[in-house]
Amino acid sequence: MSAPATHFNEDARRVAPDTRHRGIIQTAMGKYEVVRDQRKLWFQDWQGARNLAARTKFESVNHLDKHLAEFTRNIEARGTKVHWASNAEQARNIILGILSDKQAKVIVKSKAMTSEEIHLNDAMEHAGYEVVESDLGEYIVQLRKEPPYHLVFPAMHLTRGEIKDLFQEKLNDAPSDDPEALTMVARRALRKKYLQADVGITGANFAIAETGMISITENEGNARLTAAVPKTMITLVGIEKILPRLEDLALFLPMLAVMGTGQALTCYNTMYGGPRQLGEADGPEEYHVVLLDNHRTTLLADAEQRDALGCIRCGACLNVCPIFRNVGGHTYGTVYGGPIGSVITPHLRGLQQWKHLSYASSLCGACTETCPVKIDLHHHLLQNRRNASALPTGKPSFFQKLAFKFFAPIANKPALWSLTTKLSRIGMKLRGLVNGSVVDPVQAWTKTRDLPPIAKQSFREWWKEHGK
Amino acid sequence: MFIHACLGEFFLSPNRCAFSKLSLVMTVSLFIPCFVDLMYPHVGISMVRIFERLGHKVVVPKTPACCGQPAFNTGYWDESRAIGVPMLEALKDSDAVVIASGSCGAMMSVFYPQLFAGTPHEAAAKSVAAKCHEFSSFLVNKLGVTDLGAKFPHKVTFHDGCHGLRELNNKRPPRELLANVKGLELVEMGAAETCCGFGGTFSAKFPAISTAMGDVKCASALETKADYIISCDSSCLMQIQGLADKQKKEIKTIHLAEVLAQ
Repeated sequence: MSAPATHFNEDARRVAPDTRHRGIIQTAMGKYEVVRDQRKLWFQDWQGARNLAARTKFESVNHLDKHLAEFTRNIEARGTKVHWASNAEQARNIILGILSDKQAKVIVKSKAMTSEEIHLNDAMEHAGYEVVESDLGEYIVQLRKEPPYHLVFPAMHLTRGEIKDLFQEKLNDAPSDDPEALTMVARRALRKKYLQADVGITGANFAIAETGMISITENEGNARLTAAVPKTMITLVGIEKILPRLEDLALFLPMLAVMGTGQALTCYNTMYGGPRQLGEADGPEEYHVVLLDNHRTTLLADAEQRDALGCIRCGACLNVCPIFRNVGGHTYGTVYGGPIGSVITPHLRGLQQWKHLSYASSLCGACTETCPVKIDLHHHLLQNRRNASALPTGKPSFFQKLAFKFFAPIANKPALWSLTTKLSRIGMKLRGLVNGSVVDPVQAWTKTRDLPPIAKQSFREWWKEHGK
Repeated sequence: MFIHACLGEFFLSPNRCAFSKLSLVMTVSLFIPCFVDLMYPHVGISMVRIFERLGHKVVVPKTPACCGQPAFNTGYWDESRAIGVPMLEALKDSDAVVIASGSCGAMMSVFYPQLFAGTPHEAAAKSVAAKCHEFSSFLVNKLGVTDLGAKFPHKVTFHDGCHGLRELNNKRPPRELLANVKGLELVEMGAAETCCGFGGTFSAKFPAISTAMGDVKCASALETKADYIISCDSSCLMQIQGLADKQKKEIKTIHLAEVLAQ
């Protein structure tokens, strides 16, 4: 078993039975579901919108070369420097290079899953920079030295009491556990940082090829401050975030808001088209966009699963996933958790190490049903399982092989099945003596669940008499 | 031309849906999956009784005992095909195949064409897939039957098995059938569409997650104060009942076919 698999299993065993954790997530998700469903009704034709979104994303992914070139041409025309990073190390080095050129000391960041993906904060802190996350949820988990719990809600696993205690301990400033008061505490701390920061780093929700613009969706205004106050701005964006046309945002901005947070639109949706232009009152003096591949092209090469590059990181699949809701975001051990993470992580970080996530699913399909861009998520998990079994190391274990080898002929031959029926009746009686204990061969089931007995007369035995 | 096409559809439809709606006698090939055969024979027996009561002929073709889903879901598609090939052979002459499980139904009508794509059995898989039906969907959508004259004077709640719900789009048929059961009161639970946590080998590979999911399901069902949880999938009911019994919770489960046969 790979190290990530061991970590997943251990954490899942610990978190899944934790009813306190379950309660926090269920309460948060219950509220989300209500507003999400209300806002979905604001669309005249939600399924039509999903179809259009899926088509648009698929088209842009299939012509990524063209759209990326167009995006670069257009945004560079306004003085932006575009960098291309094939992998995480290149991306880190590009950004560290800019920080060093600018002789930066303090870096302020808005929320960017791509930066988590390349472990940018670690790299910057290791190089001696002070890095501050400006999104409230990200700020909280940064203070806790934790990775984000969820793509959209990084601190959703915490109660306001826990956040109050955290602020008291780290900032010595927590008048009450009132969310508004706690937000003001964070704001006081963060406002100073915007003014000190030499460089602001953002992620991106969309990159518009037609106009050469980066679109950022947020609720706190922190990304605008991150972008506008420091002299230098850097945006780290995955190459799959390209949308061909500006008008595509008319669909994707509300869709992202509805599925991400249950809002009709988020409070701020801002387009960044370059550094401060002549005559403009604000904005950074220098703007760098880092386009990140980091194995996205590996996924692009997979004709079965490339629709997964259409993901807009709304987190809707996590929210409905019964696995995610019971094991929590940290158990996955990946930047991208939940169903979309289980699908893409094997492509981004290796199937051998991450195949276990594709098995950790009941294949219920709630993710696929909710996905606004119609990624065939749960079927991709099946494909990952098939691909994993074809790995040199994925061959069935001795016992698995034995089981599959014997099961097919037994299932295929009525006489053998009939014999098996009789034998299992005896076997199950004997097993009953050790029911649920460690020597029970099916303890994985019987530790927490009873098992029904084999019927005195099976259906096939009954049919033999009845069907004559 | 249009009339010609309609008539063609009427007479040549492989599952004879047009005929069945005229209440002609059909031959129903029943596939009883392995665990239903061994542990829930009454589900299959109820189906036989229902179809015979409706005047149709029931046959049980000599199929493999299993549809091959465990191997398929584990990623061993070759091993799954070793079961699927004789299944296709056994069902090739059937008019309509009724499957006593939404999950196995999805395997045969949705996943067989994928499993056999690019193999010499591709055409056979598509042909068999097209005539496979989950039990409740067959009654409502193919036979046009929603009232079986059943009586079940209890408060019940319905669990949507995921494969039936999302692979087969089978939300409506079981509820239409329940609506006509005398004395039955259906109270929907909040988590009707949430997975019970069974998921085949998943339940044994990840027992802690599977159990937590089952707990969520049981809690939601208990909130309705229903006497019974009804489902089209015995596997889900095995999970729910198994948990409830172990925890001494007052939950009884019963398959839809057993309710309709009452």
